[in-house]
Amino acid sequence: MDPECSRLLPALCAVLADPRQPVADDTCLEKLLDWFTAVTEAGSSLLLLQENPCLVELLFHVLKSQDLSSRILSFSLRLAGIFAAQEDCFQYLQGELLPMLFGEVGPLGGAAWTAPAVRSGWIQGLRTLAQHPSALHFLAACGAVDTIFSLQGDPSLFVASAAGQLLVHILDLVMRGPAEGRRSPQACDWPACAQKIVGHIEDSLCSTDIPQVTQALSVLTTAFGHCHGLWTQGLWVRLSPLVARLLEKDPVPASHSLVDLLLSVARSAPSSDRDLWETLAQTLSHLSPTQAGPLALGILKLQDCFIHRLPKDRRDSWSSPAQSRAGFILRTCSAAFCHLPSGLTLWILGHPVPQVLRTQAFGILLQPLACVLEAAAQAPGPPGLLEGAAADSMMVDTLLSSKSACVGLLCCALAHLGLLQPLPQRPSPWPQAPLLGAAVTILRLCSGSAAPTSDVGGRLCAILVGCGRVQRAALDFLGALSQGTGPQELVTQVFSVLLEYLVSPESSSMVLKKAFQATLRWLLSSPKTPGCCDLDPHTQLFLRELLPVLQKRLCSPCWEVRDSVLEFLTQMTRHCGGQAGFRQALLASEVPELTKQLLRDPESYVRASAVTATGQLSSWGLCATPAIPECPGAQQESLLVELLHILSTDSEGFPRRAVMQVFTEWLRDGHADVAEDAERFVAGVLQAASRDLDWEVRAQGLELALVFLEQLLGQRGSHCPYAVALPETAPPGVLDQALQVLCRVQLFEFAFRALFDCDRPVAQKSCDLLLFLRAKAAPCGSSQEAGDSPNVASVEATLQRWQAGEQGQPLGYLEPGAVVALLRSIDLEGLRDTLAESSDHVEKSPQSLLQDMLAAVGVLGENEADCY
Amino acid sequence: MSRYPDLCLNPKECVCQEMGTVDPSIFWALLFKGAFYGMKKREVGEKYCLSGHPTLPCNVLKFKSTTIMLDCGLDMNSTLNFLPLPLVQSPRLSNLPGWSLKDGNAFLDKELKECSGHVFVDSVPEFCLPETELIDLSTVDVILISNYHCMMALPYITEHTGFTGTVYATEPSVQIGRLLMEELVNFIERVPKAQSASLWKNKDIQRLLPSPLKDAVEVSTWRRCYTMQEVNSALSKIQLVGYSQKIELFGAVQVTPLSSGYALGSSNWIIQSHYEKVSYVSGSSLLTTHPQPMDQASLKNSDVLILTGLTQIPTANPDSMVGEFCSNLALTVRNGGNVLVPCYPSGVIYDLLECLYQYIDSAGLSSIPFYFISPVANSSLEFSQIFAEWLCHNKQTKVYLPEPPFPHAELIQTNKLKHYPSIHGDFSNDFRQPCVVFTGHPSLRFGDVVHFMELWGKSSLNTVIFTEPDFSYLEALAPYQPLAMKCIYCPIDTRLNFIQVSKLLKEVQPLHVVCPEQYTQPPPAQSHRIDLMIDCQPPAMSYRRAEVLALPFKRRYEKIEIMPELADSLVPMEIKPGVSLATVSAVLHTKDNKHILQPPPRPAQPTGGKKRKRASDDIPDCKVLKPLLSGSIPVEQFVQTLEKHGFSDIKVEDTAKGHIVLLQEAETLIQIEEDSTHIICDNDEMLRVRLRDLVLKFLQKF
Repeated sequence: MDPECSRLLPALCAVLADPRQPVADDTCLEKLLDWFTAVTEAGSSLLLLQENPCLVELLFHVLKSQDLSSRILSFSLRLAGIFAAQEDCFQYLQGELLPMLFGEVGPLGGAAWTAPAVRSGWIQGLRTLAQHPSALHFLAACGAVDTIFSLQGDPSLFVASAAGQLLVHILDLVMRGPAEGRRSPQACDWPACAQKIVGHIEDSLCSTDIPQVTQALSVLTTAFGHCHGLWTQGLWVRLSPLVARLLEKDPVPASHSLVDLLLSVARSAPSSDRDLWETLAQTLSHLSPTQAGPLALGILKLQDCFIHRLPKDRRDSWSSPAQSRAGFILRTCSAAFCHLPSGLTLWILGHPVPQVLRTQAFGILLQPLACVLEAAAQAPGPPGLLEGAAADSMMVDTLLSSKSACVGLLCCALAHLGLLQPLPQRPSPWPQAPLLGAAVTILRLCSGSAAPTSDVGGRLCAILVGCGRVQRAALDFLGALSQGTGPQELVTQVFSVLLEYLVSPESSSMVLKKAFQATLRWLLSSPKTPGCCDLDPHTQLFLRELLPVLQKRLCSPCWEVRDSVLEFLTQMTRHCGGQAGFRQALLASEVPELTKQLLRDPESYVRASAVTATGQLSSWGLCATPAIPECPGAQQESLLVELLHILSTDSEGFPRRAVMQVFTEWLRDGHADVAEDAERFVAGVLQAASRDLDWEVRAQGLELALVFLEQLLGQRGSHCPYAVALPETAPPGVLDQALQVLCRVQLFEFAFRALFDCDRPVAQKSCDLLLFLRAKAAPCGSSQEAGDSPNVASVEATLQRWQAGEQGQPLGYLEPGAVVALLRSIDLEGLRDTLAESSDHVEKSPQSLLQDMLAAVGVLGENEADCY
Repeated sequence: MSRYPDLCLNPKECVCQEMGTVDPSIFWALLFKGAFYGMKKREVGEKYCLSGHPTLPCNVLKFKSTTIMLDCGLDMNSTLNFLPLPLVQSPRLSNLPGWSLKDGNAFLDKELKECSGHVFVDSVPEFCLPETELIDLSTVDVILISNYHCMMALPYITEHTGFTGTVYATEPSVQIGRLLMEELVNFIERVPKAQSASLWKNKDIQRLLPSPLKDAVEVSTWRRCYTMQEVNSALSKIQLVGYSQKIELFGAVQVTPLSSGYALGSSNWIIQSHYEKVSYVSGSSLLTTHPQPMDQASLKNSDVLILTGLTQIPTANPDSMVGEFCSNLALTVRNGGNVLVPCYPSGVIYDLLECLYQYIDSAGLSSIPFYFISPVANSSLEFSQIFAEWLCHNKQTKVYLPEPPFPHAELIQTNKLKHYPSIHGDFSNDFRQPCVVFTGHPSLRFGDVVHFMELWGKSSLNTVIFTEPDFSYLEALAPYQPLAMKCIYCPIDTRLNFIQVSKLLKEVQPLHVVCPEQYTQPPPAQSHRIDLMIDCQPPAMSYRRAEVLALPFKRRYEKIEIMPELADSLVPMEIKPGVSLATVSAVLHTKDNKHILQPPPRPAQPTGGKKRKRASDDIPDCKVLKPLLSGSIPVEQFVQTLEKHGFSDIKVEDTAKGHIVLLQEAETLIQIEEDSTHIICDNDEMLRVRLRDLVLKFLQKF
């Protein structure tokens, strides 16, 4: 601890101990605790207390004072915990202070205990403190465990949750002790404290009180999720019969918590645990269809988390970047096979969940859809349409019991299957065709266009018709299914139902948006005509039907609809703008013209989307037909002018940002109209952007400037900060020429102004740009002498004023030589480092914190400190 | 006027006459001190359905001796069988070929013309009237009007059936109804047609015609449009009413209009007696458009709820349709085309203009002229602004600012909306294209719309947008085929849909629902849509045209007032806890369906002398009263008692109403029923008295 802080600490402790002095706010106390944590992690707590006796005095004073606020009491409990986390300091405090703070004579028995903050502080203090065997003895001696048991049912959810976590922490500490190596998974020789906690969990699992069962299940879920010792296996062996007994009850109590627990156990248990798979299978069959869905999904996703099953010490030993990367790959990609550099072959090659269980779980997810398919079938279909998921009467009853049950179940099933679809460990074979059929059927039931002949189908139709929630879920799912293939007949049905939704006036704006998203996915995944990069005839036909719909939707009074169409159009053009079929259909329609009209839409979001869409259309030469046939460029130019007009005059930020993005893209892609006179274009855009009040527009301006620079001077080097590469300098002739251009377009004025921008991201971006420029220009000595010219001096003076916030004065025309000199003279690296720090780095010091807290109560006499 | 109910008093029947007396031994009443008494009575309400069109209803309700007609809608679908009446000579229409029979017989070619495979009657359009044969309409006491669309047949009823009663309607219904009738008469009268076709109506000829003429029902009853004179006469019979106003009908029934939320002044009606309540829900809306919101609370506790006038397009959400309307309108106009909106001069047009007011600027349509052409356009736009008290809250508050409640005032002021009585005159000078024209009639058979169909039909740039749901747009378009202009169907029907009905019924919980048969099954084209029908418990009772329905309740009680002095004289006896009885001797005075029990007249003071009193001079209260009996006879105990008293050979038989105790030896029957006990024995008075006394032991006396 630095001397200045030590000097301020007694005064602060006095303030904290004085009930008449209100402490500024909880944030200060939290920061103070963070600071003490950092200090104790860096050195000895005991020494800290000995050097600063005011801290112990504060803790004693807190105990004696009757009228301290609950937050100071809570703070003190947590502070004591931080100090006592080190065993020697624990011994130092144990004599009197700790029992008084955490024992029955402390706040525990007093009126202060009624405040949730105090109970929370007590738990957190103990949680921090419980790091060593001595702490365990202390906990046992002061009977803290019983109090924690009672706090599990605390009315404050934060306290109750923390109590459960503390129990797990204690259990882990007890079991992870020095004897862990010898500790058998058998529960009979576990320490008394562990026996007590486990006994309590057992009692709770047998309780008829559902909240108590839930508490026990949550504690176990945390234990299996966070503790990786071998003892957890023993714990499961001991408790699994009790958990299994819960399944015998009807309805199954605390089913959500039970599912969480079983999945947590499954992720941490050894793969050979047949009992666990048996329990999972039983649970799947006992839970109601709605409750079983999340468990089924969890079982099917198990492979995704197999890395957790490695022993912790082995995972911890992965210290090299290569090993970490391998771990990362394993965690995220579920690679089936991986050789670590050390030569260790991971034995986990996919989670060996029994196939029977996976089939059962998949069947549960499929069942609601199987029911729908069966109910809506015009004629009795082949048995087992979705294999292993024949619709049963219980599922039918659930679906028809109420609208909310039906909608909830279908939405969950669709969402779960949608999540499963892209995973590599999804069940195989994946029933793509029946799932497509089911999604289409559900959408038709929702729109009322299905005509089921069965009684169940009729009732389903009555429940689902017009249900937006199911429509959205089904469209999402249908979009996800676009990744697979399907029989042409079904694909035709998919496009037909999508068109139905896009056409229907009854589709809400959200449903329509989802329909557009699904349509886009299907269009982009549709097969190309063999030997040609154009769209296949079916897609072509669909597009011809789609474009009139887009036309109408672009005129919708609902702005969300217009926006969705524009977004769709942008994406379609981006991906298919070069395909003759798409171009032909689009140009034959009024869509480009209507899109252009929306540049003047009253809604700013729509204007922004229209800007992006027209920008994209123009990039592909698909903008509205030129007004004057003999001047093909006239219309395009007018678009450029129109976008510039939006950039200069639009009152909302979104359209202006969109314009900047379009312009950057145009410049990067060499858009014909931009390429024609790029210098003039860049000058105009930068001039408009420099005046903009929206920092994102200014930042985008720098992006555009960077693109321009790269086009003049060549690409930037590798973006990887760790890549070792010498800066590539531009040849002197090219550089001089480029600098001339940059000066003409006033890029430097824009960049220097941005360098002192009050918005940090803009300044950072500008700094990067100038650093890039300097790297390109640095070895060139041709302009060395210009550094002393009067021009440079005056520019530097101007820049200093800009830095001081006076940006009114223009920079004037800059000579290329002066620019190079300026680039050298400005400490860009230093500026970059300053900007990289958070905005409060100057005021973030502990000293500043202490001063603030003292100033807040007037102890410092003057209120000079900054405020948080 | 006084009307006498057929009273049926329990336990014995009697015919009640004015100023008649009631034997106290047969008149029982539950006592509410100094207040009213209910009298048991049996009567069934009846409903006669005179219209098969669920949104243009015409029903007659016979309820408590009153005959009430509920709405008199005019089904104009019949006009679709006729050729349009062009306002300007149309060579295309006048050159249509005549229709001839398959065998080449062309005797009908003057009456029937063929257009694109459809056959039309070339004559003045005729309308299908409500049934006039089912019930003698001269007996109708009152007609209750629910909204201006449901009164279009009024002149036919009031002027041609001997009707002498009163019509009740709200002021906006009358005023806008008058506009609609005036427009209709004007549309038809201004295109006089010399020819009148009647040959085709001959039943033998009609069955030779192609559909839909062949299938048209009761064509012989179709009538030409009424005249303005008849309209004025009919409207003069209307008495204006306000919401929640209670109107007494002959003292027997009280009727009350309630806001139905559908149109300016639209009403539902409560028809109630003291013990029964019938709600008539016709053309109601829960949407927040311009009218006052629907009053649902007052519909609670109905014995019967007659539900009609639901949305005709249950699958189309009005909001979506308005969006569709705007999108298509903008798309057409942006492409340089014209938009034609066939519509009524009042109602949805106000909402459409309001939507367009908000939309046109954002859609860049500010420079496009909107024309509203109708003989009553000006009146309609002005009327809508003055009925402030009939508007929804938002619009009412505008009036106090003061601002016009509807924004079409501003559209008119800024010249964005212009209105004309007809295409002739000023309109032709101002007309510029592209434009949007709102005009009638939605059937496309008469009115200025015919001219625009002829004018714009040939260009695919133009669009006709149907917003009124009353006519099939395909049938409406049939005589204009082949047609190049685009046709968009955006029916905007704000009336209740089935989801809303379901919620409404759950809210108001009527004991029984009565509705047109169309509402009790899914639409024929969508037989799987079981959500498109009324779902309630007990299932709704349905009716169809020309059907008489006994309403599913029995009137059981009649209210009788007791004069305070008579009530004071009653001495109730508590026969069991909470139940007290008293005998009443009184004179029942009945007039105008009100029944009053008055104290019996005091006996005339003897005028001296010792004139012998005659039996006929007895007054009721002087009569020695027999005690009244109450209670029931437990058969088993009664048999045991009989056995104790020496009767043997007793046989008990159960009957539908009670028991028969047969004393076989004595050849005597004791018939025990819920409300009577008869001892039947032959000429053995001693035995009868003995048995009677045994019976009396089981009954209470007071």
